[in-house]
Amino acid sequence: MSAVVNPLQGQAQADLAAFMSRSISDASLRKQHRLDQLFRHATRLFAFLVLALLAGILIALLVGSLSSMRTFGFGFFVSAEWNPVTEQFGALVPIVGTLTTSAIALLIGIPVSFGIALFLTELSPKWLRRPLGTAIELLAAIPSIIYGMWGLFVFAPVFASHVQPFLNSTLGAVPIVGVLFQGPPMGIGVLTAGIILAIMVIPFIASVTRDVFEIVPAVLKESAYALGSTTWEVVWHVVLPYTKVGVVGGIMLGLGRALGETMAVTFVIGNAHRLSASLMEPGNSIASALANEFTEAVGDLYLSALIELGLVLFFITFVVLALSKLLLLRLARREGRMT
Amino acid sequence: MDLYTRRLLINRFNLVVSLLTMLFGLFWLGWILFTLFKAGLGGLSAKLFLEMTPPPGSDGGLLNAIMGSLLMGAAGTLLGTPVGIMAGIYLAEFGNRGWLAPVTRFISDILLSAPSIVVGLFIYEAYVVRVGHFSGWAGAFALALIVVPVVIRTTENMLRLVPDSLREAAAALGAPQWKVIVLVTVRAAKAGIITGILLAIARISGETAPLLFTALNNQFWTSNMNAPMANLPVVIFQFAMSPYEDWHKLAWAGALLITLSVLALNVFARVFFRSRTATY
Repeated sequence: MSAVVNPLQGQAQADLAAFMSRSISDASLRKQHRLDQLFRHATRLFAFLVLALLAGILIALLVGSLSSMRTFGFGFFVSAEWNPVTEQFGALVPIVGTLTTSAIALLIGIPVSFGIALFLTELSPKWLRRPLGTAIELLAAIPSIIYGMWGLFVFAPVFASHVQPFLNSTLGAVPIVGVLFQGPPMGIGVLTAGIILAIMVIPFIASVTRDVFEIVPAVLKESAYALGSTTWEVVWHVVLPYTKVGVVGGIMLGLGRALGETMAVTFVIGNAHRLSASLMEPGNSIASALANEFTEAVGDLYLSALIELGLVLFFITFVVLALSKLLLLRLARREGRMT
Repeated sequence: MDLYTRRLLINRFNLVVSLLTMLFGLFWLGWILFTLFKAGLGGLSAKLFLEMTPPPGSDGGLLNAIMGSLLMGAAGTLLGTPVGIMAGIYLAEFGNRGWLAPVTRFISDILLSAPSIVVGLFIYEAYVVRVGHFSGWAGAFALALIVVPVVIRTTENMLRLVPDSLREAAAALGAPQWKVIVLVTVRAAKAGIITGILLAIARISGETAPLLFTALNNQFWTSNMNAPMANLPVVIFQFAMSPYEDWHKLAWAGALLITLSVLALNVFARVFFRSRTATY
């Protein structure tokens, strides 16, 4: 490049060149490349760890429940007998209890969550949205054992003295469904557990529903308003159909929570291994049977039967949560295509 | 009634119902908090933090349970957080190709909502049975398993919010990829990642189910993580289910303590995140 080189400058240039070649020498590049590889593999290892965790949970539960599976076979799922003394174990009562309490929770939780999401996205003044949304989310932050304690000591007595006699005399008198609401007003039981679960799943369903309501393009809503729709008609005929998949995903998420909820249910369900037609009678759920009996279980078969219960619970929630995730992903993908 | 009036009335009615559902939700929050303060405030005294859990009939505090919860919570967070952050980095930075990232994301999201009692069962089978005794470590492991998916989720989401131009600028200056990630992306997402850790801590401070058959309980003071360890949620469970009046009182005080710290952590995490992210 330069024809005239004075010695001093040449020296400086040589130094610079040496420095440059040192800093980006092959060795240094190789080292950085190795570090890159190392870093990538390290992070991938931890991602694998998550998969290993799931596999570990499944294997541990399967191995633990082997002896119960061998002894009871398929009969485990249809037998309602649960007798630690004679070592006869059947999972029907806890499975039915888990499903019933979750169904009650959804029955109450879905409409309420929908109302809350509607209020937060369409009705509430802007400045109130965040505080109200946070308040509802805090409902999810309260530890489940608090729900349980409050349910047992505060809610159940009020429920027994005010609500249950009322249900007894009104719904209890209706033919066919009446049998669900007959029974002693004890406060604790399947219905109480379901109601408390409903309060616990509302924040989950409501916040997913609110989030998916917010992604509806304003153009769609404005077109409906421009045609003269009322707010309700916009929500019911435009927003809800558009976000249907996401709302169902949120409901499944809430269901997954309700199925696996342990402490709140343990306090109020009554823990009776008995199948009764009435929702006011005490029952049992998988999670509460585990919480109550596991540490006191004597005998390998008893433990194994409890672990098999855990496996059943894990399986049910896994399917429900996987469905929820798939539905929400589908909505996200459609959203991605449209924008 | 003509069509317009009917539509108007339906609209009004449904919007009022929507308002009522909102109040319904707030009503439970209010009722639960009110109960906690009413029943628990009386028990909040210096004694609670200075004395051990008493046998029925004498008075005492919750010191050993509080310490146990803090120890196991800290150990669980320290064990779970690095795993969560590393896996989160993989999902956000290297997860664009291949099958591993989508599968991991899916599984992690499922573990996020999986029943925590199953986590307890797993640790019981995988650790407690093998060592032969309940222990504080077992409790810490169970809590760590609950921390991991929470941290993965927030780390990935926060890293994805960092604009690609930042990564490209660092790469154009010749920084190797690990430096780009550690010194640029993770640093830019720091506030969000810390928020995630705070939320994870809030989540595990109230967890009872996974501790029932891992840490069990201990009536006495212990700082030995290899022995059964008292912890607030399980003590509350045991005391609340007991027939003794003074145990109930302690349980309510403990319940108020847990709820206040969990709610404070939640609110603090939100405020922290908002104040730190407003700058860019």
